[in-house]
Amino acid sequence: MFKPVDILMVGVGGQGTILASRVLAGAAREAGYDIKVSEIHGMAQRGGSVVTQVRLGEKVYSPLITRGGADIILAFEKLEALRHLPFLKPGGTVIINDQEISPVPVLAGTAVYPAGIIDYIRSVAKNVVVVKALDMALKCGSAKAANIVLLGILAKKLPIKKELWEQALAGRVRAGLLEVNQAAFASGYEIG
Amino acid sequence: MNELLTGNEAIARGAYEYGVKVAAAYPGTPSTEVLENFARYPGIYAEWAPNEKVALEVGIGASMAGARTMVAMKHVGLNVAADPLFTLAYTGVNGGLVLVCADDPGMHSSQNEQDNRYYARFAGVPLLEPGDSREARDMVGLALELSEEFDLPVMLRITTRVAHSQSFVELKEPLPGRALRPYVKDEKKYLMVPAFARLRREVLEDRLTGLKEYTQKTPVNCIEWRDRSTGIITSGVIYQYVREVLPEASVLKLGMTNPLPETLIREFAGGVEKLIVVEELGAFIEEQVRAMGLAVSGSEIIPKTGELDPGIIAQKFIEAGILPAGDQATAGRTGREVPEVPGRPPVMCPGCPHRGLFHVLRSLKLTVTGDIGCYTLGGLPPLSAMDSAVCMGASIGAAHGISKANPEMGARTVAVIGDSTFLHSGLTGILNLVYNKGTGTVIILDNRTTAMTGHQHHPGTGSTLMGEPAPAINLEALMRALGVRRVKTVDPLNLAETTAAVQEETAAGEPSVIIAHRPCVLLTRMAGSAILVKPERCKGCKLCVRLGCPAISLRDGIASVDPITCTGCSLCVQVCKEGALVPEEDENV
Repeated sequence: MFKPVDILMVGVGGQGTILASRVLAGAAREAGYDIKVSEIHGMAQRGGSVVTQVRLGEKVYSPLITRGGADIILAFEKLEALRHLPFLKPGGTVIINDQEISPVPVLAGTAVYPAGIIDYIRSVAKNVVVVKALDMALKCGSAKAANIVLLGILAKKLPIKKELWEQALAGRVRAGLLEVNQAAFASGYEIG
Repeated sequence: MNELLTGNEAIARGAYEYGVKVAAAYPGTPSTEVLENFARYPGIYAEWAPNEKVALEVGIGASMAGARTMVAMKHVGLNVAADPLFTLAYTGVNGGLVLVCADDPGMHSSQNEQDNRYYARFAGVPLLEPGDSREARDMVGLALELSEEFDLPVMLRITTRVAHSQSFVELKEPLPGRALRPYVKDEKKYLMVPAFARLRREVLEDRLTGLKEYTQKTPVNCIEWRDRSTGIITSGVIYQYVREVLPEASVLKLGMTNPLPETLIREFAGGVEKLIVVEELGAFIEEQVRAMGLAVSGSEIIPKTGELDPGIIAQKFIEAGILPAGDQATAGRTGREVPEVPGRPPVMCPGCPHRGLFHVLRSLKLTVTGDIGCYTLGGLPPLSAMDSAVCMGASIGAAHGISKANPEMGARTVAVIGDSTFLHSGLTGILNLVYNKGTGTVIILDNRTTAMTGHQHHPGTGSTLMGEPAPAINLEALMRALGVRRVKTVDPLNLAETTAAVQEETAAGEPSVIIAHRPCVLLTRMAGSAILVKPERCKGCKLCVRLGCPAISLRDGIASVDPITCTGCSLCVQVCKEGALVPEEDENV
């Protein structure tokens, strides 16, 4: 029995982390894995940091990942990647969307958005993938598919066959948007 | 068919599979989705009650009438519903009644954290604690059976991590249609006057004696023998963490935690060298185990505040010498440290009508007693326009109390409360204000929904949980009926109008109510044209930035508006003294 793969998906409310985690859960189910997904609803959703914890394996007990326990951090925003870095396991992978969303203290001028986040993360983590998911999604037809570009990158790193991902995507995206999302997934998968 | 369900979805599914016919709740994170999901099943009835007390009373009636019944609430909701609960334990039920109660350790979306397991012990009702979605579904069935067998309401206590974590549940077909259990008039059971209540008080003790027998043999309480040097007693989701951290330890897993299975606990204690209770929030199990005369530890190792996770448990076990330090397999890793990063606190949305009101209250330098909802965010920087928030409805009584203690301070104080919160617990506060000759001003933030929990209907919205049209309460008429003569409705996105109203009403020497009426921006999906910036006019004074709108920022000292998230609400246009922010239609002005 292998130890569960622990994935932390982090971003800002409204970035589509929930749809991405739903597709991931669907693909994991089709692959026959046990899976647990944990999210926080309510007040945190109002423009705050959002975190989805996903654990998949043959048998999963805890729905929560420990600090220093995440195999993969999938960050939809740079600052959130940095904030959640303490969760990364030694030797783990960080996938970063090179996008900056200023929190209100920065907008209000009471705090500064840190410079050089990606360089810092590269200096402490070995496996770092940086992408401009918004640009890639735009090329596929819609900036809103950036979440699926990121999911495509993650997909390549997990022991789940590509067909199962595609199936799961088709089952969870409205027909009219499927083509854009399929293209977004493929473009992410290619570089993953 | 295996479905990945949250705990709340699984409870709704369980209620459907086990024949619940009537369900009632008031929304509250993390319990809200129980009723939202249940309402989608066929052949059932579900409603939003104005508060948890009413929800439980509806449940009492539905159970009397013979239906299997579910009532759901968050932990603080049970404080409101405690009154009916304690006497419901005396009357018992007819149709099975399950009370779902969701605690929020760590206060992800709550004003306090309380361990509601104590309510079950206090009231004398059975308590079940599921640890994942499958158990949550199954325990709804068990709760209903126990409720009918022992003639008591049964409490199903979950926590945020059970409510909002998804795990697999094998769906079952619903039980074949159940007839209502016949209602038999029985004053000695249902009519709790002292003479009859004394009889039922004794009956309750008999029931608890029976339950103490039952709890020894229920399959949801079970010993998992492994290595016997350490034995852990645990319940709920904490069982899952213990299995991660101490995979080799023997575990007594308790699915039913009131009453506790004393014989089983003694058997387990006798079979292990060291007995430890691992539980979240209170020392609920531990104290009772200690009272049995058993040597046990727990609260001196595991913190009693905040939410637990496997990392915390591992760390505390390492510190206590139960786990070896640095053992990778124990997950006792603390992770690397990173430089301090700016926080990303929750904020009011761009276009939120609450922002206008709080800007006015801040400008007028008033003391503001607040309440529970999205608008509580008005107390955080940069608006910082709220002085207190305690519980649902507290704003009105608190403002009145201030003015009775210090009339001068009272004249500079307003109470602020949302529409859903007002209908939950505000009416009696208004009655008190009028009756006791208060002079206070109450501002109802009427955004036509229960926004914070995800836009649920309430008696003011004109629609029911099941999507049917309903009478919508008229707040102005309601205020007048309660005896308030000064009632005014304003648009909180109109700063001049709102300022004038607040000044006028706080100066009035009698109770007054201002209804700040504007639907939640997320409901209307208001997408007006974004506000434009005339950079040459901007002097970088930051008045617009101090609105705390996520669409506004300073770029190189000059205001900048994000055209994607801006809804064109125009508050920033109203505060700018330089004419540097303009609506699109006025671009050429």
